[in-house]
Amino acid sequence: MKEDKINEKKANEKKTNQKKELICIVCPIGCHIEAELDPEGNILSLSGNSCGRGAVYAKAELTNPVRVLTSTVKITDGLYRRLPVITSQAIPKDRIFDVMKEINKVQVCAPVKINDIVIGDVCGLGVDIISSRSMESVNP
Amino acid sequence: MNEYDVIVIGGGSAGIAAAVECYKNGCEKVIILERDKELGGILLQCIHNGFGLHMFQEELSGPAYAQRWIEELGKYEIAYKVNTMVTHVNVDAHIAEDAAKAKSEADKIVEYVNQAEGYVRIRGKAVILAMGCRERTRGAIGIPGYRPSGIWSAGTAQRYLNMEGYMVGKRIFILGSGDIGLIMARRMTLEGARVLGVAELMPYSNGLSRNIKQCLEDFDIPLYLSHTVTKILGKDRVSGIELSEVDDNMQPIPGTEIYFEADTLLLSVGLIPENNLSEEAGVILHPKTGGAVVDEAKQTNIPGIFACGNVLHVHDLVDFVSKEGQEAGRNAARYLRGELKSEKGFVTKAGSGIGYVMPQKVNADNMEETVEFMFRVSQPCQNVSVSVYRGDTCIKKVNKRVLLPAEMEKVKLDKTLLQSAEGDLEIRIESRGVIG
Repeated sequence: MKEDKINEKKANEKKTNQKKELICIVCPIGCHIEAELDPEGNILSLSGNSCGRGAVYAKAELTNPVRVLTSTVKITDGLYRRLPVITSQAIPKDRIFDVMKEINKVQVCAPVKINDIVIGDVCGLGVDIISSRSMESVNP
Repeated sequence: MNEYDVIVIGGGSAGIAAAVECYKNGCEKVIILERDKELGGILLQCIHNGFGLHMFQEELSGPAYAQRWIEELGKYEIAYKVNTMVTHVNVDAHIAEDAAKAKSEADKIVEYVNQAEGYVRIRGKAVILAMGCRERTRGAIGIPGYRPSGIWSAGTAQRYLNMEGYMVGKRIFILGSGDIGLIMARRMTLEGARVLGVAELMPYSNGLSRNIKQCLEDFDIPLYLSHTVTKILGKDRVSGIELSEVDDNMQPIPGTEIYFEADTLLLSVGLIPENNLSEEAGVILHPKTGGAVVDEAKQTNIPGIFACGNVLHVHDLVDFVSKEGQEAGRNAARYLRGELKSEKGFVTKAGSGIGYVMPQKVNADNMEETVEFMFRVSQPCQNVSVSVYRGDTCIKKVNKRVLLPAEMEKVKLDKTLLQSAEGDLEIRIESRGVIG
């Protein structure tokens, strides 16, 4: 019942073209992009982006938002106790916390080289978690 | 005493780039002195990505960006010492018959300490200051209340979390919407903490727009603009904070208090170039930037002492820090070849709407083909033009849609254009359509 109402409300909202303002996060310039969408959510026009990557971002953000995730994993014998890691590609925004769970299970041992795979195909996303720096072993 | 062509103080992004560029321009004996246990500086704790877009046309994490530069450094015979703290920088006072020559060519004496060598003095023909900056603390903003544990500068918490592996708290409130505060809001959230909110004294954020989006909005973390922390509660450990709205004069408005049950307060309330060594050496600092007053060669008032990176003025993007390091390095090499003169020049001024301009002076004789001026606006503005004047003549006008204090702006001018008029150089913000 409640869901029906929400759906009905959404349907009403969608009847007219709508405008959405986005802040591009591709690079630190942070362009303000305005997108015009038709009632089905298709993009009619984009303005305000200063490069082609902004247009690609805006389309993805409105259909399937993705993010590059960075975090750390435990490391033993390294100069520090944590090794920074990064996703090899952007992952869907709504899977960030699933991936964090996997990252928190891992422990590696120095030495590690930059771009070494720490978790392959994390959560079946086709994306690897890779080391974002090299770290020598402090126990020779 | 060991002698060097150039001594670089600080092995972060500015220092590494400066050392590499000195070497490439013919300085054979270059040394970097770094107080941390490895080169790389603050980048090592900035594990998020977005670095290197201008320098490498790629988006790298902070540690990966640092590693690129450390590998580049490794290609050359450049010495470096880690775990080494520089304690003093002085101009060698003894010297020579010709006083003017002595002044412009005097060696610099750098004193450092480390565990292996103890106390050491070395001599350098030139010194490049690349010590970076420090965070402002609670003391600097004067929040009343007890002094419980659980109050951290955001960068310290970042180092603990990302390098040492400690979480500083579970229910976090963040004061200050600078980039470090925003980045830490996301980072603490990802690691399982609850970030209750981020407060900003100003009516606008001091962070990059992209960080507002991907660090706060993505995780539904509220941003309280025109608010500040007016009380810290808790005796042994922070038990809560009181937030108040502020009026146009940034004074808390009674009756607007909100309480948050936080166990940790992170402060991201600004950065200060770390210039203790520079000041002691006699380097003149600029009141607005907190860094040295420099010319277009990044040379300070003391001939042969250069400054670059966050110790010169606080940057938003590391790419520009590296670039500034390269400029300082290249010019230190010119200095050693006797190519830098300082007879005639002009000063630069921050006109209406501008916070500061760097460099603060230009030596007409030393100018390369183009000179780049960096500046920040003093408040957000829209649809304006940035006008550059020499004396009463407008020599350049650039239209801008949005200008924010958080985002450093640059204007690059040809030498011929700079020479086309006389007088001080002034950068102003003007509303569109006004003719200069």
